[in-house]
Amino acid sequence: MSVGIVSYGAYIPRYRIRVEEIAKVWGANPNSIIDGLMVYEKSVPDLDEDTITIAVEAARHAINRAGIDPQEIGALYTGSESHPYAVKPSSTVVAEAIGATPNLTVADFEFACKAGTAAIQTCMGMVDSGMIKLGMAIGADVSQGAPGDALEYTAAAGGVAYVIGKKDLVANIESTYSFTTDTPDFWRREGMPYPEHGGRFTGEPGYFKHVSSAAQGLMKKMGTKPSDYDYAIFHQPNGKFPTRVAKMLGFSSEQIKPGLVVTRLGNTYSGSCMMGLAATLDIAKAGDRIFMTSFGSGAGSDSFSYTVTDRIEEIRNGAPSVEKLLADPIYINYATYARHKNKIKL
Amino acid sequence: MSVPRFWRRLKNIYNLIGTHCEKCGSFLYPPRNMCPKCRRNGMTIPFKFKGTGEVLTYTIVHTGAKDYTKLTPYILAIIKLDEGPQLTSQVICDHSQIRIGMKVKAAFRKLGEESEKGMIYYGTKFVPMEG
Repeated sequence: MSVGIVSYGAYIPRYRIRVEEIAKVWGANPNSIIDGLMVYEKSVPDLDEDTITIAVEAARHAINRAGIDPQEIGALYTGSESHPYAVKPSSTVVAEAIGATPNLTVADFEFACKAGTAAIQTCMGMVDSGMIKLGMAIGADVSQGAPGDALEYTAAAGGVAYVIGKKDLVANIESTYSFTTDTPDFWRREGMPYPEHGGRFTGEPGYFKHVSSAAQGLMKKMGTKPSDYDYAIFHQPNGKFPTRVAKMLGFSSEQIKPGLVVTRLGNTYSGSCMMGLAATLDIAKAGDRIFMTSFGSGAGSDSFSYTVTDRIEEIRNGAPSVEKLLADPIYINYATYARHKNKIKL
Repeated sequence: MSVPRFWRRLKNIYNLIGTHCEKCGSFLYPPRNMCPKCRRNGMTIPFKFKGTGEVLTYTIVHTGAKDYTKLTPYILAIIKLDEGPQLTSQVICDHSQIRIGMKVKAAFRKLGEESEKGMIYYGTKFVPMEG
């Protein structure tokens, strides 16, 4: 396959709340939560940030990083489970804000935490078929966790955009493979402010079954093994799940370390493993191979195999790295967090 | 702001697109059909501003209008863009950080919304250059 990543850009709001601060409000033991989740803090959107503003900032970073002409983008898809409108695409605003309109097709994707990687696959097909020259796939969320729910400790905000094309690649996408079943591990009904989930049911029949099946399926299809890869990224609802699934599959902790951003960021849902990939590309060298598997509740996983090209050095510094976006956070207390997340109704 | 009024201006608001007079060299924001200096002899063309500038002056609004209750207190500033035009905008930063002469850059943010079921307005605000 001669399709790959032409550019990428990430965006993370500056606000953070520590797990201890949330645990204090609900009378929980912070150490047991940190040990259980391997998450220390999570990002929080500003009062005037939402999925669309985050997607626009990530998309602009992707455009700027490689000097992309936005008029060459023929398709733009924004994956999220927190689109601000139930009816009206986030992607039209993003396309207008990066100057890609009007000669392109856009749509919003939704598949829990893997809508962004589904958008990458769609762009791959459209580019490879010759329908479009460049496609932009975005994963962005201001994810929701009900007050006091386990999700509240990890549900974070952030977004990542990838430009997919055939020329000037920073990473070839060697192959992709998906594994999908109807597994009701997590959902949010229309009009409901917070999702519901199956507690531990989200683990074995949800995350682990789908991530491991997609990962093994791709390696079988390509004839590769974990040791063939320099880095690996798995969907990061917390720190424990990707660490455990990496071990199950035979990947080392060193391979997943650069992309395991969840410990300082939380779960950015549709941006989750795409953020891990961006952090890995930030430090990767030409020739490095990267393995990535997303997971979306409901449920499905998309696996990808990438090879980094020498062009990565040319564009790397054209936009902020994930590490720079994680640096210099503003810590807030639970009351401010509640205001930022619209948990206080005026 | 009505939906049609916002829609007519959204390209300008999203991307800081104003006008440039090729006759006298003036840069104008918001866009003008006619150059105020050259009048009918002017030659105005659309121009996308870089989005960088500095704070000329500012105030901190503690009693905001109804639609801004959630954001109050907020910083409202006059920004001088590097190309010359001045515009009024919110600056998003810690209130102790704002100062006259501070270098700022454009950021894409929510400007407001009609109501919980109404239109959401997006556009340009400013953040500190290093932030």
